[in-house]
Amino acid sequence: MSGDKPSPLDGLVGGDAPMADCVLSSRVRLARNLVGFHFVNRCSPEQLSDVVHRVQSARLGGPFESGVRWVNVQGTTPVDRLLLFERNLISRPFVESPHPRCVAISADESTSVMVNEEDHLRLQMLAPGMQLRELSNRMLVLDSSVERSLEYAFHPRFGYLTACTTNVGTGIRVSAMLHLPALALVQELEKVQRAARELQLAIRGFHGEGTEALGDFYQVSNQTTLGRSEQDIVEQFAGSIVPQFVEYERAARRALIERDPTALDDRVHRALGVLRACRQLSLEESIKFLARVRLGVALGRIEGVSLGLINQLLLQVQPAHLSRATGCALGNGRDDRGPRADFVRSSLR
Amino acid sequence: MQPHCDCCSNPAVVHETLMCEGIKSEVHLCAEHAIEQGYILPNIGGASLVVGKLMDKSNPTATPAATRTVKSCASCAMTMAALRETGLVGCPHCYRTLEEELGVLIERTQNGATTHAGRHPRHAAELIDRAAVRNRLTRELREAVSREDYERAARIRDEMLTIAGGGEEA
Repeated sequence: MSGDKPSPLDGLVGGDAPMADCVLSSRVRLARNLVGFHFVNRCSPEQLSDVVHRVQSARLGGPFESGVRWVNVQGTTPVDRLLLFERNLISRPFVESPHPRCVAISADESTSVMVNEEDHLRLQMLAPGMQLRELSNRMLVLDSSVERSLEYAFHPRFGYLTACTTNVGTGIRVSAMLHLPALALVQELEKVQRAARELQLAIRGFHGEGTEALGDFYQVSNQTTLGRSEQDIVEQFAGSIVPQFVEYERAARRALIERDPTALDDRVHRALGVLRACRQLSLEESIKFLARVRLGVALGRIEGVSLGLINQLLLQVQPAHLSRATGCALGNGRDDRGPRADFVRSSLR
Repeated sequence: MQPHCDCCSNPAVVHETLMCEGIKSEVHLCAEHAIEQGYILPNIGGASLVVGKLMDKSNPTATPAATRTVKSCASCAMTMAALRETGLVGCPHCYRTLEEELGVLIERTQNGATTHAGRHPRHAAELIDRAAVRNRLTRELREAVSREDYERAARIRDEMLTIAGGGEEA
C-alpha cells in the first residue's frame, strides 16, 4: 500500500447492500495456529519469522487466487499501518505489535490474513451491509484451501487451538457494525444492549474492542466459539440476531417520523448544513454529523446524497485516509480539522 | 459467597490477587489444586497456611517448598499460574498437558460449552474418530462395571489401551 492512493472503496462501502440502512458492514474472522510452533506469545523472533515464511510460501487460494499483496508491517510507515487499520484489514494490536508479522490482502481488499497477531493466522473477510452467510461460506472455502498447505493445531475435544481460550473450538468470530441512531434517540438502546448481553453477545464501539460508540455505530459479535458449529453460530446471527436488531431500529425510526417529523428533519439537515459549511472539523464531530446525515439519507429525508458516499466519507475522514487524500501531516498534535472540513465540504458539494 | 476453585467446583481456600500490566486478576484454588500449583504445602492444607508464593516474594533466597509440584507444559513450560497472569495459553501441547485445568477454564469462558462441535481439518479426521470410539468404550466400560461383568470390562479396557497407543493429537 506504501505510496499508493487508497484503492477504490466501492466494494467495501456499497449503499445498496442488504440491510444497508442499519448495517454498515459484516465481518467474519477465523483464528488458526500452526502445528510445530508455540503460540505467538511464546515464540522467539526467529520462530515468528519462520511462521511468516511458511505462510508466505503457502498457496492461500480463495479470494487470493486473483491476486495477493503481502505487506511486511514492520517495514511500513505509521501512516500505512494506520491506513490498514482504518480499512479494517488489520487490528489495533497488530498495528502496535513488536513481533515479526505481515498481512496478506486480496486484490479487492475484502479479505486479509494477519500472520502473528495473537494467533499465527487471523483470516478475515469484510463486506458492506448484512452479508454474513455469504462471507461465512467464502471463509470456509478459504480455510479449507489454506489447510491444504498448512497444518492447523487441533484437538478432538477443544477443536482449533488458540492462544486465548475465548477463541478455542471453531475460532470463528462473526460481527456486524450496526447503525442504531433512532434507538438511541428514543432511549431504547439500553434495553437492546441488555438483551444482547443476555444472548452472550459482545457489543463494542466504532473500532472494536475498547472503543467508543461514535455516531451510534455498534459492533455486535459472538462471545463464545465452542460447542456449536460454524453454521449454527452464523445462522443465529444472520437469521435471528441482526434482523432483530434491524427491526427494532426500523421501528424506532418509524416512531420518530410519526412523533415529530420536523424535529427529525431539522436534526439531519442541520448536520448536513454543518458538514457543507464548516471550516474546521474534528474526527469525532465528523462521525457524529455524518451518522446523522446517514439516518436522513436512509429514511429518504435527504435527497441528492447517497448512502454509499456517506459510508465512504466515514472511512475517508479518519486520520490516515485524510492524510493520504489531502497530503496533510499525521502525527502528535497535528491539527487536521481544517483539511478534514475542506475534504468533506468538497465531497458533499 | 465463598468463591469456588478456578480448576474444579470445590470451595476455594487459597485466594490471591495478581496485578499484571495494570490488570487485576484473582486466583481462587481448593486445597488440592493449591498444592498442585505450589501455593500450599501438601499434608497441611487450610487457608491459614497459604505460604508458598508469599514466602517466595518476601524472601527470594528462601528455599522453595521442597515438595512443590507445579504441573507445567512439557513443550513450553506454561503453568496455570502463568496462564492466569497473561490470559494466554503457551502452545498447542498445553491443551493436552493441562487438559483438566484448561477444561474447567474453557467451560467458564465458553458459557458452559466443553466440546468442539464444528468442522475439523482433514488431518484430524482419524483423531475425531478415535475420540468418538474412546467415548463409546468409556460408556460401555462404565455399564459393564455396573453390571459386574468384569470379563467384558477387561476386554473393553484392552481395546481402550490399543486405541490409546494409536497416536498423538496435534
